[in-house]
Amino acid sequence: MLRLICTTTTVQRKNVGASGPAKYTEAFIKKQIEEFNLGKRHLANMMGEDPETFTQEDIDRAIAYLFPSGLFDKQARPMMKHPREIFPEQRKIQWGEDGRPFHFLFYTGKQSYYSLMHETYEKLLNVEKYQDQLIAQDLPLQKEKRNLAGSRWLTKIELEEMLLEKLSDDEYSRFIQLLQKLTDLPCSDIEEKYIQKFSKELPVQMQKVVIEPLQYDERGVAFSTSEGRRKTARATAVVYDNGTGKMTVNGIDVLHYFPVLQDREQLLFPFQFLGRIGKHDAVCTVSGGGRSAQAGAIRLACAKALRSFVTEKEVEFMRQAGLLTVDPRVKERKKPGQEGARRKFTWKKR
Amino acid sequence: DDKLLSEPLRHPDFFNVKELFTLKDLFDARVHLGHKKGCRHRFMEPYIFGCRLDQDIIDLEQTMQHLQLALNFTAHVAYRKGIILFISRKRQFCHLVERTAQACGEYAHTRYWQGGLLTNAHIQFGAGVRLPDLIVFLSSLNNVFQPHVAIRDAAKMNIPTVGVVDTNCNPSLITYPIPGNDDSPPAVELYCKLFRMTIIRAKDKRRQSEAVEELR
Repeated sequence: MLRLICTTTTVQRKNVGASGPAKYTEAFIKKQIEEFNLGKRHLANMMGEDPETFTQEDIDRAIAYLFPSGLFDKQARPMMKHPREIFPEQRKIQWGEDGRPFHFLFYTGKQSYYSLMHETYEKLLNVEKYQDQLIAQDLPLQKEKRNLAGSRWLTKIELEEMLLEKLSDDEYSRFIQLLQKLTDLPCSDIEEKYIQKFSKELPVQMQKVVIEPLQYDERGVAFSTSEGRRKTARATAVVYDNGTGKMTVNGIDVLHYFPVLQDREQLLFPFQFLGRIGKHDAVCTVSGGGRSAQAGAIRLACAKALRSFVTEKEVEFMRQAGLLTVDPRVKERKKPGQEGARRKFTWKKR
Repeated sequence: DDKLLSEPLRHPDFFNVKELFTLKDLFDARVHLGHKKGCRHRFMEPYIFGCRLDQDIIDLEQTMQHLQLALNFTAHVAYRKGIILFISRKRQFCHLVERTAQACGEYAHTRYWQGGLLTNAHIQFGAGVRLPDLIVFLSSLNNVFQPHVAIRDAAKMNIPTVGVVDTNCNPSLITYPIPGNDDSPPAVELYCKLFRMTIIRAKDKRRQSEAVEELR
């Protein structure tokens, strides 16, 4: 009896695609670019504009007009961008027709990273050679202090994007150490350009709060204006010098506008802190909020105005006392399933 | 084309590599100095001339012969447009070796060797990779004083190897061992110079022969 033994032909599967997600061929990207350009001309015709001078902003506006979308995520909305921005840059085939790879470090696996290390080490050797020459000629080595605080090195992710290769933390730290070693040498100004490729400027730190100078009105009296807020109340205050401690709010005297002692205490606090109770006049306008909120808003406005009359040390004291900080507390939203912002419904056991 | 490839094989020293170095050059570059007696590898004993004050001295006559064979072989590989890969795991000479490889137009690997570079190349690099046709070791040990993995991998993938073997190395799996010092800077610079000159000479000869063939 013949027994058919099923023989499965083991087809040697070609290992397609070494690393990374879908690989886009050059031809595919070219076709996408052609389609994009054609589509751009069609869009320009549709909008009735000149196809030659149709910029990316016009495209965005046209798409937003033709395909309005209420989605919150801007990146989920329909968009039409140049294919180079959409398809990430991919590594092309690394070897020629005869099979010889293009890069001399191809067989290491991470050619861009290792060639970067090689180049950086080369620059280091150059600088050392230059230093030796200077020492041989008995010339002094330059020591210009570079602005270290204003720049930072590239992050690991930025370096990965630059090299189009994955890096490990160890490799990244080694590269940064090498760069640091290069910059620490006295004559590293020669390779300044190379180092700048890997350093980024730190964004300008928060500007120091500028205290406005005093202004003078027709009578020659110094005054200063500022704004303040608390909850929903917005207030502006004009504080005059050489005054008698009178305060007006929305044209009404303080005693009449704020019958409660607590609110008037709040208004007086900045003056009392600086010891200038009877010395300044204040004319304020306020809107929104409730009784306490308006009082708090005017207090902040007066304190900010008083900064111009006072030394920097006292400004620092005011800041530490909390007179110059905007109170961030606002009414918290009520949540569904609860009676208030925090209060839950009464829990009944049965 | 056939004649181009078979012509060099008829001569024992077609590229005249003997004139590139002399015994005095090797001696001046401190090639004969080996490690201490305690580090000696059993298989290196035939290549050792003697031992002086506990330090092994390598027999330069044998080194000359091995070096001539090795350089001749690299020249033939370069003449036939083969891919040559330089390997050295010594940190001092990593930059020098990479520069030599760049100058020749060949390839170098002086960094951490990932496990499947030769044996798993189709997955690591891509579908149609061409593996090196010759691997040259300028130091056959890795940083932990053990034989470099590439020696074993090249033997598995049928890739011939040329390597400088010091007194503490194992010369068994290397096809063309060159007993000699791999630690001193002048010795390694000498080797780099010799390899560079042979490869450039072989490539020039190839270009000349091709030009002559085209003229006919």
